[in-house]
Amino acid sequence: MKLSFLLNGEPQVIEDVEPTTSVLDWLRVNKRLTGTKEGCNEGDCGACTVIVIDENGARAVNACIVFLPQIANKALRTIEGISTLDAPHPAQQCMIDHHGSQCGFCTPGFITSMVAAQINNDTNHDVTLAGNLCRCTGYAPIFRAAQACEGTKSPKWFYDDQSDLRTLAQSVDAKLPTTTDELANILAEEPETTLIAGATDVGLWINKDLRDIAPMAFIHNITEMEHITEHSDHWKFGANVTIEQMRVWSVDAQASLTPLLTRYASTQVRNSATLGGNIANGSPIGDSPPALIAMGAKLVLLKKDTTRTIDLQDFFIAYGHQDLQSGEFVQSILIPKNQNNLRCYKISKRFDQDISAVCGAFNLHIKDGMVQGARIAFGGMAGIPKRAKHVEACLTGQKWDMNTIKASHDQWSQDFKPLTDMRASADYRLSVARNLLTRYFYDLSDNPTEIQEVSA
Amino acid sequence: MSVNKPLPHDAAKLHVSGSARYIDDLPVPDDCLHLCFGTSTIARGSIQEMDLTTVRNSDGVIDILQASDLVHANDVSPSIHDEPLLSDGTIHYLGQPIFLVIAKSHIQARKAASRVKISYQQDSPILSIEDALAANSRFEEGPRIWNRGDLKRGFEQATKIAEGSIEIGGQEHFYLEGQAALALPQEDDEMVVHSSTQHPTEVQHKVAEALGVQFHNVRVEVRRMGGGFGGKESQGNALAMACAIAAHRTNKPCKMRYDRDDDMLITGKRHDFRITYRAGVDQHNKIIALDVVHYARCGWAQDLSLPVADRAMLHADNAYFLPNVRIESHRLKTNTQSATAFRGFGGPQGVLGMERIMDHLAHDLNTDSIAFRDVNYYRPAVAAEHDTTHYHMPVQDFNLQDMTTKLLADCDFENRKQAIERWNADNHIMKRGIAFSPVKFGISFTLSHLNQAGALVHVYSDGSIRINHGGTEMGQGLFQKTAQVAAEEFGVSINAIKITATDTAKVPNTSATAASSGSDLNGMAIKIACENVKTRMAELLAAQYNKSPDDVAFIKNEVHIGRRVLSFGDAAKACYEQRVSLSATGFYKTPDLEWDRIRGVGKPFYYFAYGAAVSEVVIDTLTGEYRILRADILHDAGNSLNPAIDIGQVEGGYVQGAGWLTTEELVWDDHGRLRTHTPSTYKIPAMSDRPREFNVNLWDRGNLKPTIYCSKAVGEPPFMLGISAWLAISDAISNCGPAYPNLDAPATPERVLKAVERVQNGL
Repeated sequence: MKLSFLLNGEPQVIEDVEPTTSVLDWLRVNKRLTGTKEGCNEGDCGACTVIVIDENGARAVNACIVFLPQIANKALRTIEGISTLDAPHPAQQCMIDHHGSQCGFCTPGFITSMVAAQINNDTNHDVTLAGNLCRCTGYAPIFRAAQACEGTKSPKWFYDDQSDLRTLAQSVDAKLPTTTDELANILAEEPETTLIAGATDVGLWINKDLRDIAPMAFIHNITEMEHITEHSDHWKFGANVTIEQMRVWSVDAQASLTPLLTRYASTQVRNSATLGGNIANGSPIGDSPPALIAMGAKLVLLKKDTTRTIDLQDFFIAYGHQDLQSGEFVQSILIPKNQNNLRCYKISKRFDQDISAVCGAFNLHIKDGMVQGARIAFGGMAGIPKRAKHVEACLTGQKWDMNTIKASHDQWSQDFKPLTDMRASADYRLSVARNLLTRYFYDLSDNPTEIQEVSA
Repeated sequence: MSVNKPLPHDAAKLHVSGSARYIDDLPVPDDCLHLCFGTSTIARGSIQEMDLTTVRNSDGVIDILQASDLVHANDVSPSIHDEPLLSDGTIHYLGQPIFLVIAKSHIQARKAASRVKISYQQDSPILSIEDALAANSRFEEGPRIWNRGDLKRGFEQATKIAEGSIEIGGQEHFYLEGQAALALPQEDDEMVVHSSTQHPTEVQHKVAEALGVQFHNVRVEVRRMGGGFGGKESQGNALAMACAIAAHRTNKPCKMRYDRDDDMLITGKRHDFRITYRAGVDQHNKIIALDVVHYARCGWAQDLSLPVADRAMLHADNAYFLPNVRIESHRLKTNTQSATAFRGFGGPQGVLGMERIMDHLAHDLNTDSIAFRDVNYYRPAVAAEHDTTHYHMPVQDFNLQDMTTKLLADCDFENRKQAIERWNADNHIMKRGIAFSPVKFGISFTLSHLNQAGALVHVYSDGSIRINHGGTEMGQGLFQKTAQVAAEEFGVSINAIKITATDTAKVPNTSATAASSGSDLNGMAIKIACENVKTRMAELLAAQYNKSPDDVAFIKNEVHIGRRVLSFGDAAKACYEQRVSLSATGFYKTPDLEWDRIRGVGKPFYYFAYGAAVSEVVIDTLTGEYRILRADILHDAGNSLNPAIDIGQVEGGYVQGAGWLTTEELVWDDHGRLRTHTPSTYKIPAMSDRPREFNVNLWDRGNLKPTIYCSKAVGEPPFMLGISAWLAISDAISNCGPAYPNLDAPATPERVLKAVERVQNGL
């Protein structure tokens, strides 16, 4: 594989490198750029945050779970490339002035996250910095530092990188398909090929399970799959749309998804993770499937010469088993528009950047105080993302009130037999799932019970 | 001119530019080898057969070491030599190192180690407190028991008695920089070791034992750690020894760093505790009798568990006078990671136990919980019989009455409490809670001889100054504080001071940087070293200008000799030319300590540090979720050496303490496998978990004891202020019904919901 990209403004061409070499290892071992730190090697701490720049802008990602082929044709900025010692970036000076570093190990990652957020003009620091863990400061001084450097102009190197990318030689490789046809051909020849889009899941197979995932193909260059397009009654999401793209889309198009998507992992992970990947990996605890199932989303599956469209809920057959034929891949997701009654609730030990113990999505059709139709789907309650069919049936045709909700009490255990694990017990999962219907009731009654909205 | 200033961390510029070096960032020769342990997959038993063929044939593997390959000591223990570096065939916990892979790269070493095939004879592991009690599996011959007063009479006089039990979970350190070490072999059997350790001298000793050489052959250097929190007091020994042994064997540099999962599976954590209690109060709401039992799960090796459990007993009073008290402490041996030092060192568990008792009693008495605390505070100024701890140490510097009053006024406590009551009356799903908690924390190592420190100060002939001491920098700002002391002593600006990596070849026989002692001990040692140099300079300069040494003053980068003024640099040059030694050591030992840990009697501490906090939370009674809305803290750092650094310790300590008691849950399964061995499953606080409103102030009174510039130690005490957040959650739950919430820790959303349901159902 021959890859070209920019590193701190300098063109790089690398060959004969293992495609599963992480950007972090390459920076630290090959380039001896040790400012980017390894804290967890799984994308959960942010110590390895670097900035990736392309024509779409700048975004923070976790270098430990980005593999070299994923930055082909892009510009990479590390902590070493954002300033000089004589002229620190304002984020750096503010971190010094506000005592934002103690042991200093997480600091470069915080700085790169802050700089990326500034380029994107995003001052929601609780969100932009949710993916950076600090064990020393209690975050208060870091937050103050982030506030203090709001409004900083984008650095010159950001524009330089964007313009230099236009003249950069393109990386070309058979394992870097640029069209769905190419991908279909790869899968036709080698159906067992591991597809890598954002690598936020596959990265852990490599870094933690030490798995050999060959043969593999990196699909992030398939630009035809990276768009969100509006149709008469639905939105079409290419499988490569990142969760962050979806989150930004949701603000105007489907606001009830925004809080859920804002708590989907962290900024760095959302910038890499794709909607297609979140579905195709078949996880029972992915955060997008319950919401999409509750909305009645459909999946477009492609294979050399054939296309089929199925209901998303039918894609998940059993734990680790999806309705995906040999040579087939997820091409796009069709999401019905204007789901006004959709509400999504994620329950986890930690509010931000945690994996759901329970993730529930409710979408009831209510007319004249009566439940006309119900779609309720949960993650974390079974081996697959699953609808609460008994509960739905119990509610449908009934008056939308607390008595109906109470009457559904015993249906929940008909629908779900959750597991006990390190995130939560089976009892808790079932109790909470049940209680979330009550929360939903208050929510639709314009009387939300949202602790996020409470202040001292 | 330098002390008391809020100067930034000495390495802040290096931190923000990514140029601060940690072990894994040090440039190493290309032939550096990398190590990884192969670890056990069962919790208890013995190895029947181990097939290392695929490991040996794995890419990049140079060598594999087993216990039988170790020529000298196979022991990483900081205490009683019960902790082999590599298993001798017996397995004591799941994650125990069995063999050591030496390979050309980190990833090759990891991959190779994962390919071993081991068959085990499995025994039933001792995992829980019940298991350990049933098997009488413990350290020491039986429980430690301390008594004071007449417990029986106390209970007879009691008008109200509360009984209960609390489970207190452990805590993973989650230092952002994992454990790491690098060994560089030298000529003539010498070894240089770079270690991410709080205790370079112990690493020196363990490495020397492993190599079979005298201590003087090993030099250990520590520039900084990426966080320690106690987790690098003894847990780095294994890596440093492995590197040294491998480096000696291969004659090549060897580096080892744990992958995060290995780090969490192999190393010890905070001790989890169960505390049971029976407490009685008299008609004046004074605690008249207290019977407490601590059960500490220590894991498989002794490590530092005895002093940890002792410190829990020492803090079983927190801030309250206990006339009749009995404390029993069981140090249980289980087939889990060997629990180790963690900020507070048992103190937090003891304090939490007592605050739980106070909360429970106040609830049952239906009395104001703060007034109840106040009435039970130590009262040294009022009554002599009300001022000694359960271990018979007088409390002479108690200032929590005044601190409590000020904090409550500053944070508008009464009005807010009433507003919260009104809000709760209108809200049925969400409930708010508010709570206060104090802390009194004893400062000194309880192993008295550890309370010593050395320093080395060089003044160069241009007036620049280089200082060194035995304390290590883990982010707490120790280096900057000691540099400020040196700048103050010489009357020079902070830029004149260069502080250098801790090095066993510069200052020998050091104690761990632990027990909050860093600046107290090393600051004083630096001050004494500076005074030694200054005395010589003053004598020379006074003689030159026919003045008395008393006429010589070091101020504002100058030396004043009567009316003559020299720049500090010129003064240094003059001293050099007159052949005056401009280098000196300093040595300090804490006075007035005596302690009998078996009887539980004496003066284990030089003084106490105090703090007080109010936290406000909101909970969701449908899900058990919660938020910390606001925290207000008043903390006693004495005459702060650096208020910015001290406030940083307070803010960070509070959030870490609140994390311990809320989202940070360690879960082991029935096989003894830690299921929470990654940051995806073990949840330390993130940015949005900090209190939304966070007001921290320092109590501005100097230490009554002559500590360094009358400052107070600040590393550990604020950790316990996080208890107020847990109490506030309990307070919110108690608004759901009349029963006492009986909340365990950590108060995960699941535990909160369970407690809500209990209280709602009146159980």
